[in-house]
Amino acid sequence: MNWLTNFIRPKIRSLVEPKEVPDNLWQKCPKCDGMLFSRDLAENLNVCNHCNHHLRLTVKERLPIMFDGGKYTRLELPDVASDPLKFKDRKKYADRIREARNETGLKDALTVAKGTIGGQNAIVAAFNFSYMGGSMGSGVGEGIIMAAEEAVRTKSALIIIPASGGARMQEGMLSLIQMPRTIIAVEMVKEARLPYIVILVDPTTGGVSASFAMVGDIHIAEPGATIGFAGRRVIEETVREKLPDDFQTAEYLREKGMVDLVVARKDQHETLARILNILMNKNAGSGNGKKSGGGNPRANGRANSMVSAPAAKGAKAASAQRQVRAARATLKKLGLPAGKKKATKRRA
Amino acid sequence: MNLEFEKPILELEGKIAELRNMSSGGGAVNIAEEIGRMTNKADKLLQQTYSKLTPAQKVQVARHPERPHFLDYVKEIITDFTPLAGDRNFSEDYALLGGLGRFKGRSVVVMGHEKGFDTETRLKHNFGMTRPEGYRKAQRLMNMASQFQIPVITLVDTAGAYPGKGAEERGQSEAIAKSIETCLRTDVPIVSVIIGEGGSGGAIAIAVADRVYMLEHSIYSVISPEGCASILWRSAAHAEEAATALKITAQDLYQLKLVDGIIGEPIGGAHRHKKETITNVSNQIEKALNDLTPWDPSTLLQSRRKKFLAYSRNF
Ligand SMILES: [Zn+2]
Repeated sequence: MNWLTNFIRPKIRSLVEPKEVPDNLWQKCPKCDGMLFSRDLAENLNVCNHCNHHLRLTVKERLPIMFDGGKYTRLELPDVASDPLKFKDRKKYADRIREARNETGLKDALTVAKGTIGGQNAIVAAFNFSYMGGSMGSGVGEGIIMAAEEAVRTKSALIIIPASGGARMQEGMLSLIQMPRTIIAVEMVKEARLPYIVILVDPTTGGVSASFAMVGDIHIAEPGATIGFAGRRVIEETVREKLPDDFQTAEYLREKGMVDLVVARKDQHETLARILNILMNKNAGSGNGKKSGGGNPRANGRANSMVSAPAAKGAKAASAQRQVRAARATLKKLGLPAGKKKATKRRA
Repeated sequence: MNLEFEKPILELEGKIAELRNMSSGGGAVNIAEEIGRMTNKADKLLQQTYSKLTPAQKVQVARHPERPHFLDYVKEIITDFTPLAGDRNFSEDYALLGGLGRFKGRSVVVMGHEKGFDTETRLKHNFGMTRPEGYRKAQRLMNMASQFQIPVITLVDTAGAYPGKGAEERGQSEAIAKSIETCLRTDVPIVSVIIGEGGSGGAIAIAVADRVYMLEHSIYSVISPEGCASILWRSAAHAEEAATALKITAQDLYQLKLVDGIIGEPIGGAHRHKKETITNVSNQIEKALNDLTPWDPSTLLQSRRKKFLAYSRNF
């Protein structure tokens, strides 16, 4: 894990906080209750080292992970009318905006950045969940349109990372109307035959999941992320039944065919780099790519250290063996030859 | 169903009916006079009430079960209606109906949410709450309209997409997103009318159109006022305030330039005057289609895009 300590962590540090992470600060993992020291957590990209639970990341923490060398340029969000309805509930929307801006230092719930991923030009538009639940109003919609236009202009891939509870209610219909507007945005990218990839992180629900987030060329999800249209409680009240624990998780959606890949945080850059290279660098020749999990030659040599952890490999192999045993048992039951020895050699 | 704010009107109407009954035996002149007086009063009251409905009252009118529904419209304004069923993947969805037909002579694809008319049909149509199959059928029909270059009419009337287990498992989000995407790719005129309730993603899934109209007392909202109140006010009891704050009425949305026009309802609302309401809607659709015909497919798509891109930039 050299690259983590030597490379990513200082990067995150320099961006997130000027202060040192104290060694003795700790929190409980919300999933397994395990003790997580802040230092370990930061080194592990906010992933629990006991149970692999992916805790939420701020955009400032996330962006360096996405781009080659952790380097990127932020693009200013376009200006929009911030409170067109003069909305007021128990609190004025204008005050909520002011507070969110003060707390996060961000203009709205979206950050757009450009750089390279696997050497390919890429625009990343990432939601800030800590800014009003990552909700989508005109500001976010305009940001996504700008990101798409910039992708087309610079022949870049567009990667959107939604982390959002859905529409920004305080903007009424102007928030609902962002659903078609953001789909128009990604249509422009598709028409330019540039890749549009969605990385679904916790949570992606409501009007965000029912618009641009579900029409990607490729859908990647972070382990354990909640992804769905309606909220779990609303569904339980409607159908009056207990839903399975893994309902609406990334893994569940992959089983149901809505997500292509569930990829751990530490492997996301490598996966994106590989996919973007296949899609955008179509005649690289045989020498360029690695046999598997290769990454790209321009990624500062980081790719080598980014193959999946041995532990995960072991688990995969064990599960494969289990499946083979089960299949043999079935064949035996049916009175068919079970082919004890491997009949075909797997190509390396 | 009786609306609370209509009570004084309904009481008057009840008394009038009673008097009529009494007078039908032998025509006393003073009774006829009284009936005339009371009818005038009831009309005036109706006009007064309906000219200044609050947003929360409009929510009730928009949801009134006796408002004309999709099937009422089809019966009145579509000839040769040929319903088409199924998404070709999983099943038919009776919450969103559609098919081929003729509108004032021209071939059209027509589709819309159907809430049902009584307990039995409400269950059959799932109260107009569409599952992924419904949105996938909508996509299929829009693609068919493109294929044959015939216009699309959509009538919106839903509380929202169905929040069910199976609906989630079969990709409710994806189905709605793709339905919006398909609207944006359908290179024939699309005219949408919000005829009752335009409930969030489940509504806009079939309302990304060249012309979007709202009936005078319909609503169109990102979330139900009750849902909004329970989240932002932490209590559904604040639904009235939420209904006002969300700006969900035809008048509000026309002012915000988010819809292209308001279709008038006769005094007392569509639930009192089904036929006239349907005629008004039909006239507006005809005007819009005349306006949009003939069309150049790619120009049409570009101007639809432009129209939606302009929305957040109008302020
Ligand atoms: Zn844990």
